[in-house]
Amino acid sequence: MNQERATIDQLFQQEFSKMVAVISRQFGLEHIETAEDIVGDTFLTAAENWAEKGIPENPAAWLYVVAKQKTLAMFRRGTTWKEKVLPAVKAGLETEEPETDLDFSAQNIQDSQLRMIFAICNPAIASESQIGLALRILCGFGIDEIAAAFLTNKETINKRLFRAKEKLRTENIRMELPPEHLLDARLDNVLHIIYLLFNEGYYSRTQDTILQKDLCLEAMRLGLLLTAFPVTAQPRTFALIALMCFHASRFEARESAADTLVLYDEQDENLWDRELVQQGMHFLGLSATGSMLSSYHLEARIAFLHCRKEDTPEKWLEILAMYNELLIINYSPSAALNRTFALYKAHGADIALAEAEKLQLTENHFYWMLLGELTRHSHPAKAAAHYQQAYDLAKTAAEKEGILRVQRSLHLG
Amino acid sequence: MKDFALLFRQPSYDYQQLPEAEQAVLIKKWQDWLGGIAAQGKLVSPPTRLIPNQGRVLKPGGVVTDGPFVEIRERLGGLTVIRAADLDEATTLAHGCPAIEVGGSVEIRPVMG
Repeated sequence: MNQERATIDQLFQQEFSKMVAVISRQFGLEHIETAEDIVGDTFLTAAENWAEKGIPENPAAWLYVVAKQKTLAMFRRGTTWKEKVLPAVKAGLETEEPETDLDFSAQNIQDSQLRMIFAICNPAIASESQIGLALRILCGFGIDEIAAAFLTNKETINKRLFRAKEKLRTENIRMELPPEHLLDARLDNVLHIIYLLFNEGYYSRTQDTILQKDLCLEAMRLGLLLTAFPVTAQPRTFALIALMCFHASRFEARESAADTLVLYDEQDENLWDRELVQQGMHFLGLSATGSMLSSYHLEARIAFLHCRKEDTPEKWLEILAMYNELLIINYSPSAALNRTFALYKAHGADIALAEAEKLQLTENHFYWMLLGELTRHSHPAKAAAHYQQAYDLAKTAAEKEGILRVQRSLHLG
Repeated sequence: MKDFALLFRQPSYDYQQLPEAEQAVLIKKWQDWLGGIAAQGKLVSPPTRLIPNQGRVLKPGGVVTDGPFVEIRERLGGLTVIRAADLDEATTLAHGCPAIEVGGSVEIRPVMG
């Protein structure tokens, strides 16, 4: 029984997005909710049937057959479908008989998912809703899990998804690839959403580490999906995947038994995932074509350098150079703080402190941690005050615990 | 906050003639300086570098002359736009510009709009 449950959960995660994409492509994005219902219903039937008869040999194929039947039944029965969908389908296909047979070939699944990615990562929808919708429709996450990832309740997520789906309808967003002249800009948006999705997992607000990993893995899966198509397999796509591989390689090392965030310097490098580092290097190589240097290229290069544990001044000079370039094309507070940390490692605390004080990111607890680090040897009393500021601003228990640990190690004379 | 253009003027731009190691040092200086401004969130757009010793000048009467613009002691080499509270802050940010080290100057000009 438990094994069936686990299999169904796993299948749901794998197959939900594929089936919804194929059905939505066939009948139009305005029927995405019906598509979700059909797939949800298919899984209910599977749960009942498999509990009795056991799991079939090819569960995915079984699911596709049942989903086809249910779609067909919906067609024949539903008056809404007869009145609204059929004319639309007929008009679109210009055939007498509506196409009701769903194509669950690997090729069509992949094509449909790619179109779905572009439909959901549409700038007409608020970025937060894009992530929510991506988690639901592209990754098959439950409302509970999405709420946990955003540290909010189910009601908020449901509202957000409802509004996003309404937007799909009112903006008349189609399951198509954008026209060629818009493709570049729209791909940027898709990559940005995947990047945010990954960060949502990697720097998660939730304490649920399984959920954190799932978020990261799904972001990577979506990135890899883009590599299957020439129009989306761009150097910056590879750079983003490389970046995610390098970060993900340190996932295990970041966690310690006490559930506190392990600072980079304390990480056990034996826990780094060498295979992911290798993968990252492979994709970094593929990203090194063309003339466009995206922020993903720079971030991937920085993450790669961090995968080398030895602490040489050359390494930090290169990291500093990358952060300078990154900030020149794309400012973010975290890049500004990291740049100053690299400056410290490359040129010492005095130079870095003067630059750090100019940042004035006084609402950011990492800013105060940086000031603490830069003053801990020269002015331990000042450092203690900085860490206190950081402690007061930190939001999670794990962060507060980490700051306390650093603060306790100060040598107050 | 207002936008200010920083115009870099230098007597010479023969970076390409320098040994590679010196070129790298110069590039690092520029990047560190610009990175410091960008880290404060005050860089409006990535800097524009002009290719030295190339281009033309159009004068009244349709007279076109080739660059370089030898009569100007300090040639315009590039520009960037930054954001600052006022001219004083913009001037403070311009300090440390590597053009000054080599005998050049930085012109700080408010941008209209």
